[in-house]
Amino acid sequence: MKKILSIALAAAMSLSLVACGGGEKAPAGGSASSTPPTGGASSSGASSSTPVSSGEPITVGVINNDPNESGYRTANDAAMRATFTEENGYKATFYNNNDAAQQIATAQQMIQDEVDFLLLSPASTTGWDTVLQDAQAAGTQVILFDRMLEADESMYAAAVVSDMPAEGKTAVDWLAAQGLDEYNIIHIQGHMGSDAQLGRTGALDEKVAAEASWNYVTQQTADWDESTARTITQSVIDSGKPFNVIYAENNGMARGAVAALDAAGITHGKGGDVIVMGFDSDKWAFEAVLEGSWNYMGLCNPLQADTVDGIIKDLMAGKAPAQKIIYTPEQGFDCDTLTQADVDTYGT
Amino acid sequence: MTTPVKNPETKVKRPDESLFKRLTRQQLFIPVAALALLVLFNLIADPSFFMVTMKENSLGNPVLSGNIISVLDNASELVILAIGMTLVTASSGGQDISVGATMTIAGSVILRLVCGGQVNADTMQMNLFLAVFIGIVVSMCFGAFNGALVACFNIQPMVATLIMYTAGRSIAAWINNNQLPIINDVAFKYAGTFLPGIPVPTPVFITILMIAVFWLVLKFTNLGLYTQSVGINPNSSRLNGLNPRMIKLLTYVILGVCVAVAGYIRISRSGSINYSRNAENIEMDAILAVALGGNALSGGKFNIYGSILGAYVIQFLTTTLYKYEVPSTALPAYKAVVVILLVVLSAPVVREKLASMKKVPAKAVKEVS
Repeated sequence: MKKILSIALAAAMSLSLVACGGGEKAPAGGSASSTPPTGGASSSGASSSTPVSSGEPITVGVINNDPNESGYRTANDAAMRATFTEENGYKATFYNNNDAAQQIATAQQMIQDEVDFLLLSPASTTGWDTVLQDAQAAGTQVILFDRMLEADESMYAAAVVSDMPAEGKTAVDWLAAQGLDEYNIIHIQGHMGSDAQLGRTGALDEKVAAEASWNYVTQQTADWDESTARTITQSVIDSGKPFNVIYAENNGMARGAVAALDAAGITHGKGGDVIVMGFDSDKWAFEAVLEGSWNYMGLCNPLQADTVDGIIKDLMAGKAPAQKIIYTPEQGFDCDTLTQADVDTYGT
Repeated sequence: MTTPVKNPETKVKRPDESLFKRLTRQQLFIPVAALALLVLFNLIADPSFFMVTMKENSLGNPVLSGNIISVLDNASELVILAIGMTLVTASSGGQDISVGATMTIAGSVILRLVCGGQVNADTMQMNLFLAVFIGIVVSMCFGAFNGALVACFNIQPMVATLIMYTAGRSIAAWINNNQLPIINDVAFKYAGTFLPGIPVPTPVFITILMIAVFWLVLKFTNLGLYTQSVGINPNSSRLNGLNPRMIKLLTYVILGVCVAVAGYIRISRSGSINYSRNAENIEMDAILAVALGGNALSGGKFNIYGSILGAYVIQFLTTTLYKYEVPSTALPAYKAVVVILLVVLSAPVVREKLASMKKVPAKAVKEVS
């Protein structure tokens, strides 16, 4: 009797868990959503290796960062969810988390569930070796999007990523072209160890080390957070140290820094005392550059979904992509050359 | 009547007690001493820390600027939260760890209302006071939810509030359809920045207002007394005609008001919100403020002024660390060291020890003279 009762209780508990997972539509940190409605049994037979193209949907597991982390990520996540739908012939499972360890655990689960493709935007560049090996053994093809990781090219099928070091270099070259006598930089970094932070920091670090007239007033991480960026800038202003450049590694942090400048009445942007630089693709940031309130924004294109979709269709047809690593087209915009047309094209 | 009953021992001034001993018995000794130490450290290391200058902000208003102003300004949210957290701690003997998440919910509601569903609004679509009022009501509802779990279902406060801690940020994102709305209206940012023509940051005024309101409430109502008695012994309070459930629930609803006000200040600083990062880990600082204020985290007797001072100590410490360019990733570690020292020092066992240790040298000095 007791046994039956405990089984019934366990069943009720797991049912309620499933119900919770289904009801939660908001894609937030750490919640996996959209489990395949028919269960795993039906897909396992057909897709032990690369699936043959047929009417059956392609199963993909999408591992991304938390869509609430920044405007960039919101756009990126929305595009992925809009592309990998049932109408487009996919059965997709999405997982969002900024914690690489959680991402890795979920990736392994997805490989065990025998998804055809694992789409991955890793939160950190290292620690993925086992996942990639397991995927290869299970016949799951891995496609990286948005962010790179450290692995041999043979370990993944393709990568559609932003060239972060190039983004950093474009920005630093632009800054050097401004021809200031002295560069006193407030450098506000993103989440330490992420591909975006490493690339954008790397170029600037190199330049500051090489040039005597380039100095850091402060170099701190705000972890992509606007209000931390504001506090960091405020503390520099309070200390009275002179500075003339704010190099923030995303738009949100640049915005926080600008709030601190505004409060202290320090002019910025076109013709101002301080050069403001941000990254990513937010429309409001484009508009700030257009108004001349900011000087520069390095575009980081969040819309890789269509390219990834194309690659998957090619792979299904037996065609390998022409290049393993495809860089999304990106460039820097400054307040002198940005046009409304650019804002409409690239703003998200 | 309602102000916390002082330790009876401190009232009886025994002649053989040294001034030091009497001071250390005071509840406010630790936060005041910590603040004094921080001030002293900054005075010695770099007196320019205390420099306050008059500047003109980008809107052409004269504004005060300097580290001290930054401390007063940035501590606002924490001070307001600490007041509510003290009441919750006193009544239920536990802490609400969901305040950061519910602050985000309140902020999200207010932003949604003033933006009118747009992602990027240039003017407010709704009367600001109405929007903030609705934000406060929503936040009170979440407070009531937490309070009901604690008061009616007798769930450990930290476990009960873990639910909102986990789900709150998702709910906040859901309120705005997972978009990150931005309001560009200058008037919206008055509460987080400066009112035109007034050189002191507005959050400072809001904080003073909140402290004044709670001072009045505690002075002229029995809230403080009831909260203490429920916290000390709910059963005997019930036998004396109080309703412990109601009182516990009430403190959580009051915390909800504090949370909404703090959430409003936070979003009006920038006019936007980032669900996963907004007011991250502020619950820990708020609990710390309560502990630093010399309040027992197990409930019962409390002193909100201690918590308020504790909150300013934490912000003073943070600003000092930023000033000396401690990397912001290392900040929590430095904070932890200071906090461990303060909490250990404020532990009754250690204070007793310290007091008895002080006795011996005091006598020795007497003999010499």
